[in-house]
Amino acid sequence: MSGILASDPATHTLTRQRGYWRDLDWILLIAAVGTTIFGSMLVWSASRADMASDSDPQSYLKRHVINVVIGVALGWFASRVDYRWLRAYTPIIYGVSAFLLVLPFVPGLGTTIAGARAWIDLPGGMTLQPSEFAKVAVILMMAVLLSEKRDIESEPRDRDVLMALGAAVLPILIILVQNDTGTVLILGSVALSVIAVSGARTRWVIGLIGGAVVGIVVAIQLGLLKEYQVQRLTSFINPGDDVTSAAYNAHQARIAIGGGGWTGYGLFEGPQTQGKFVPVNESDFIYTVVGEELGFAGSVLLIALLGVILWRAVMIAFRADDMFGRLVATGIVAWLAFQMFENIGMSLGIMPITGIPLPLVSAGGTSMMATWIAVGLLENVRLHAVRAGS
Amino acid sequence: MSERSNLRLLVLAVLVVSLLGTLVARSFYLQIMEGAEYRAAAEGNTVREVAEPAVRGLVLDQAGRPLISNRTTVVVTVDRQTLAQEPNDGAAVVTRLSRILEVPRDSIADRLKTCGTEGAKPPPVCWNGSTYQPVPVASDVDTQIALSIMERRREFPGVTAKLEAVRQYPAPFNVNAAHILGYLGPVTEEQLDAQGDTTDPDRLRRTDVVGRTGLEKQYDDQLRGRPGITTLAVDTAGNVTGTLEEKDPQAGDYLVTSIDAKLQSVVEQQLINAVRRAQGQGYAGKSGAAVVIEVDTGRVLAMASYPTYDPSIWIGGVTRKQYQQLIDDESLSSNAYQGQFAPGSTFKAISTAAAGLDNFNLYGIYPCPSQVTVGGTVFRNYESKPYGPISLTRALEVSCNTVFYDIAKRMWQKAGGPDADVTAPDPIAEAATSFGLGVPTGIDLPGEAAGRVASREFKYDNWEARKDTWCRNAEEGYPETRKTDPKLADYYTALDRENCTDGYQWRAGDALNAAIGQGDTTVTPLQMAMVYAAIANGGTLYQPQVAKGFVSADGSSVQEFDPVVVRKVEVPKSAIRFLRRSLPGVTTDGSGETPFLGFPLDRIPVASKTGSAQVTGDKASTSWFASYAPANDPKYAIVMMVTEGGTGSKTSGPSVRKIYEAIFGVRGTQVNPRDSVLVGGEPQQALPVVRPDGTPVAPQGRRSGVADIRAAGSSQ
Repeated sequence: MSGILASDPATHTLTRQRGYWRDLDWILLIAAVGTTIFGSMLVWSASRADMASDSDPQSYLKRHVINVVIGVALGWFASRVDYRWLRAYTPIIYGVSAFLLVLPFVPGLGTTIAGARAWIDLPGGMTLQPSEFAKVAVILMMAVLLSEKRDIESEPRDRDVLMALGAAVLPILIILVQNDTGTVLILGSVALSVIAVSGARTRWVIGLIGGAVVGIVVAIQLGLLKEYQVQRLTSFINPGDDVTSAAYNAHQARIAIGGGGWTGYGLFEGPQTQGKFVPVNESDFIYTVVGEELGFAGSVLLIALLGVILWRAVMIAFRADDMFGRLVATGIVAWLAFQMFENIGMSLGIMPITGIPLPLVSAGGTSMMATWIAVGLLENVRLHAVRAGS
Repeated sequence: MSERSNLRLLVLAVLVVSLLGTLVARSFYLQIMEGAEYRAAAEGNTVREVAEPAVRGLVLDQAGRPLISNRTTVVVTVDRQTLAQEPNDGAAVVTRLSRILEVPRDSIADRLKTCGTEGAKPPPVCWNGSTYQPVPVASDVDTQIALSIMERRREFPGVTAKLEAVRQYPAPFNVNAAHILGYLGPVTEEQLDAQGDTTDPDRLRRTDVVGRTGLEKQYDDQLRGRPGITTLAVDTAGNVTGTLEEKDPQAGDYLVTSIDAKLQSVVEQQLINAVRRAQGQGYAGKSGAAVVIEVDTGRVLAMASYPTYDPSIWIGGVTRKQYQQLIDDESLSSNAYQGQFAPGSTFKAISTAAAGLDNFNLYGIYPCPSQVTVGGTVFRNYESKPYGPISLTRALEVSCNTVFYDIAKRMWQKAGGPDADVTAPDPIAEAATSFGLGVPTGIDLPGEAAGRVASREFKYDNWEARKDTWCRNAEEGYPETRKTDPKLADYYTALDRENCTDGYQWRAGDALNAAIGQGDTTVTPLQMAMVYAAIANGGTLYQPQVAKGFVSADGSSVQEFDPVVVRKVEVPKSAIRFLRRSLPGVTTDGSGETPFLGFPLDRIPVASKTGSAQVTGDKASTSWFASYAPANDPKYAIVMMVTEGGTGSKTSGPSVRKIYEAIFGVRGTQVNPRDSVLVGGEPQQALPVVRPDGTPVAPQGRRSGVADIRAAGSSQ
């Protein structure tokens, strides 16, 4: 397989151009671009009311578009970067990412949004959420650790599984301290999926599932989670009971989506969306915008677009020609699928409220960039497999 | 790849599909199955805004001393939303509250009713604000009571004691300045109607207090600041379901005036002294005004009106009785910019400029007999004193009427006499208009009077407006009066017949009266001060300004107002030069001499013009003293007048002298700028500085000397 890779990883990080465009997974790319455009439209609608009194009402949308452009550029890079280089530099990527994760705790650098100290202040009013990059880093690191030095048909050794688990647990702990519960749950799902697909022994899988369930129960019982966290996690069960903000948000989100009916009120016309009843509807609650303004039809279209991305990602994982590629693709599938489910499910009132964005749709630069890197990595795995097979 | 891996990947794929399926199914359930219900909920979803007024900006004098500040008072409010959830609509809470506040239970209950609802008392007893706004039920509550209410939250659900700002007048150096500062009052229906149906968050609300007069009204918008807005989501039943947005109030900007508190205090006292002087001479001395202008900027350094009132009377609302008292005293309006009076001989400066305009030789010799006869009417000099042939300078010094009669008569004849067209040239009216008479000066205070310039045009317009009445009366012959006094009826009828037929005519007598500031010409003392300021600065008519600028409440931003030029006065430069040469002589050798005896005129020459304007009836003349100084390098123009006050020289003159002494630091014949009432001896150039905590301090710069702001009173 290495015969195709002619360039020296030390000097050339990008693969040769030949067949790049032909071999790309075009369905994945088109679905990702379509979702991004769809998302930008929703961000525009959601930010219009909030920005109406601003000197430039379009400024929020403009910033979003800039984030998209940066994200696509990073994705392009991720799709072309040399496979071996990627594996070689994964520990460094992981290290840098872990370092970035600690930065929000540095006074003067970090910012707390909605109770989570998960952002780094950048000049010009921009913020960076390092936990988004941590998702990519964790997937790469686990894939490297679980695919190294072994026969492709054999199961990973316990030591490798333990190290991979450790690679996931370290950032999870930091993010827990940041109070970013949503990201913790997603990283947990990613770790479990990658270990499972790596072919690790079944007791590992069962043990991890059991451990996660026990961990959550114990955390709630022992009061390790702060009161507001529990409240956020449980308010979706009985939203009518009180008017605390979490329950209020869940309630307003459901009114918005439910009011959409078959085809919705029309873009920019949703009373809940434009009346600012639903908080953070450009990010956490963005599904309420499509639900209200474009109705069931628009909602299904969005879920279908996301479904296509996941379908292609699963196919890439299946067709990967090595364990590293498969695990990278698997990790991305788990990440995107659980994040989509959590985000949309929260708006629909079937998942607890945690502040995470909808991949490729929500405003939020770091998430947009990280997701496009993920799309690029999927393409990279695919290109590698196509070339190996040809 | 191992079977196990493939299988598990397949499981993951199935899981992903089921997750997506769940989302679609749940969307279907919410949007299609229960869609109608949610749509109804969305439509019942409305927002309510609760506005919290911002702290009003302070009004500072030129050295940063607060003329109006805020004081905090403890206000007890009741949230009716919370109260409604108590048994019996919180009747027990209201009873407890009335007991602890020691006010009748009914007065609280009445206060809690929304205006216009059943059983509600008329405003201001009923609550005029939003349903979602806590209702203030008591103010100036004792701190101990407030604390015990806050400690016993359980007994007082929905009751809050909080600090609120109300206006206070620190009155540094006992200044009054009521007519400049103005007062606050509840927003009026007219104002609410005028702004229409707006959703502007900064709009006026029914519960707002706004400036009603003076600077408080003129700069209300900027002083008021921006209210804090809490946007609540409310369902169809009116229950608050959440908070959508919270915006903190933004305190109003500090208004910096050019008024100097210490000087204002001196001017107010000197005006009172002038009135007392008039009364001491046996005159009524009913009202008066005094204005001090910085001649190169048009800024008002001090402006006083007599009688005045205590501005703090308006805080917390004025009673009917107090209001009636204010009306009876005629103290509500300012005589300085709202009162209109015949200017008398102070007008001669304008007539002199008009003579220059009409190419009279300003350096010629004019006869000053004791009287002149025009059209069968005798026009006399003051006290019928003849001076023989004199120069125009001398005519100004001794205020010779007959010289100006002669000039006016020649002008009148040149224009065509009684038969002249309305548009015929009238140099005196032209000069007066060019000096800004007949129209408001444009001072930044509301309700300014325009005054009036007597002219052919005025007379014609007046006739047009009144001729129908005159002619009808002439026809009818005053039948009512005739029953009791046929002679008087005859007199009235003859007068009206004359007015009816040729009341539009600008007669010689009208022209003569106009030349000496009598007849139909009226001015405000402020207008006269601007005229003398324009003469002093070489012919630039400024728009008087009280405001120098704004400083934000945290001192971070500063906005300065530049002087505004109305126009270059359209009279020959030579005439202005002539006036500037002649008017100092009034103080050294003329009618203004007596009050300035012993004043160091060699070091601070003072240009002046006196006036003793006749008024109809048997009332004493209006005492005027118009001036500027130093005559060789003019900085200040001062005008003072007292109605029914006697002569300008005896009544107003001595007070004007005292004001100059205060400004220049004159003690006996010594001049020491350090004794000036103005900090540093001159008006401040820079605006005062406002510290981030909101404390104003004296301007920093060349001109600020030893500041004594602290002595002027606390800031907040």
